[in-house]
Amino acid sequence: MYSEKVMDHFQNPRNVGEIENASGVGTVGNAKCGDIMRIFLDIDENQIIQDVKFKTFGCGAAVATSSMATELVKGKSVQEAMQVTNKAVMEALDGLPPVKVHCSLLAEEAIHAALWDYAQKNGIVIEGLSQPKSDIHDGEEEEEY
Amino acid sequence: MIYLDNAATTKTAPEVVDAMLPYFTQNYGNPSSIYGLGAASKKAITDARKIIADKLGAKQEEIYFTAGGSESDNWALKAAAEAYASKGHHIITTKIEHHAILHTCEYLEKRGFEITYLDVDADGLVHPEDLEAAIRPDTILVSVMFANNEIGTIEPIKELAAITKAHGALFHTDAVQAFGQVPIDVNELKIDMLSASGHKLNGPKGTGFLYIRTGIKIRSFVHGGAQERSRRAGTENVPGIVGLGAAADRAFRIMDDKIAKETKLRNYLIERIENEIPYCKLNGHRTRRLPNNVNFSFRFVEGESILIMLDMKGVCASSGSACTSGSLDPSHVLLAIGMKHEEAHGSLRLTLSEENTKEELDFVVDNLKAIIERLRSMSPLYEDFVKHNKESV
Repeated sequence: MYSEKVMDHFQNPRNVGEIENASGVGTVGNAKCGDIMRIFLDIDENQIIQDVKFKTFGCGAAVATSSMATELVKGKSVQEAMQVTNKAVMEALDGLPPVKVHCSLLAEEAIHAALWDYAQKNGIVIEGLSQPKSDIHDGEEEEEY
Repeated sequence: MIYLDNAATTKTAPEVVDAMLPYFTQNYGNPSSIYGLGAASKKAITDARKIIADKLGAKQEEIYFTAGGSESDNWALKAAAEAYASKGHHIITTKIEHHAILHTCEYLEKRGFEITYLDVDADGLVHPEDLEAAIRPDTILVSVMFANNEIGTIEPIKELAAITKAHGALFHTDAVQAFGQVPIDVNELKIDMLSASGHKLNGPKGTGFLYIRTGIKIRSFVHGGAQERSRRAGTENVPGIVGLGAAADRAFRIMDDKIAKETKLRNYLIERIENEIPYCKLNGHRTRRLPNNVNFSFRFVEGESILIMLDMKGVCASSGSACTSGSLDPSHVLLAIGMKHEEAHGSLRLTLSEENTKEELDFVVDNLKAIIERLRSMSPLYEDFVKHNKESV
């Protein structure tokens, strides 16, 4: 069901962990859907992402897309990180099964949420970045079940 | 490989395969044919039907062979609804049925039937007083599963059937997980219709039957020839039926030993997991459960991740996680017993066979401990939980 790359990133996820006093932290997804991603960014004064870590609650694809997304933004400028789309994450993983495409969207959103947090804290505007819509409490009370 | 997914399917027993083989290349005659070759096939079907009828306390002519549990469920519900529509349009079932029942009920709802879905308690038990309150003069059918496929809870079928009969409705049970695992007597329990499948009891896949009590008006499911008393046309799956009969014979012969052995292994597995893995919860009733079923939820982790990691260790298991179902919703059974979504996503079902050993279970628990620990170390939910606990100390 999963590509070799997905399995590799699930079994040996890169950049798992936390960054204390991170420049930006973003958490997206919600437990109801079964996926939560949290990304920590360490960004220097030149707006270069020096370090990135993640924690993810979710399936194999959720872990693998988080891992790949962190790889893709590490060492990049904030503007370059904005170009890391869900498509880029999927391509880097040699594809995902159709039911797992939402995991790659979540990875993109998690990066954006962490960048948004960084921008807010530092009072800067990142071109093309808007306030993330997902957060972990979204939808908790809305649906009856 | 350690196989702990016997509720999904089982290994076909060698004696079942041996019984089936002659019906492919030697006794390949059509049971409807007049000559000796056909008669041999017909006799094989009659013998299998007799075995199954005996096990249930039923009559031979009350057993109809099908292509499996889902077909039997579809047939029972659709045909009974159609046959009794003049009496009423109300059907009662539960929230924890297999999709073969639930999706058939949805189909019937679209065709003008009204379905009541009974709640279950935190252990997955249907309460007879809930059925008593829901049943009405226009209720034509009550369908409650014998034992749940995910959490293993065994329902109070005798009480539920008694209430149903007192109100003049039909009682159907989906016994796919229970037939051959625990004793069932259709007369003692007052069951009108019962669905079962061959591959859950070491028989071949694509086989099953529907028990229909004599006197019940029920329409043909497949129209055509006169097979299965004209109610399910089509040349019989002779090797499959022979295999189903052989599997039923075997299952009842070994039942007492199997139950004793599996119960012991099950309780050992439950005890080790509860003692050694924190923040876990046993799902389903602790004692009123299938002898081979273990189902746990582990907080802060997701089921598919557990399954992939177990698979890497050669362990076959299953989960009620959304990710294993192809939708975003976790198991309807776990939600029905009152579990929160995030807990339902972290469920693991281990279903034993009599061939499993204590050593295998030790290997599974040892690895499961490490897997849960690893996944928690990566989980933002666990991180938040630990931080919250520190703050509140």
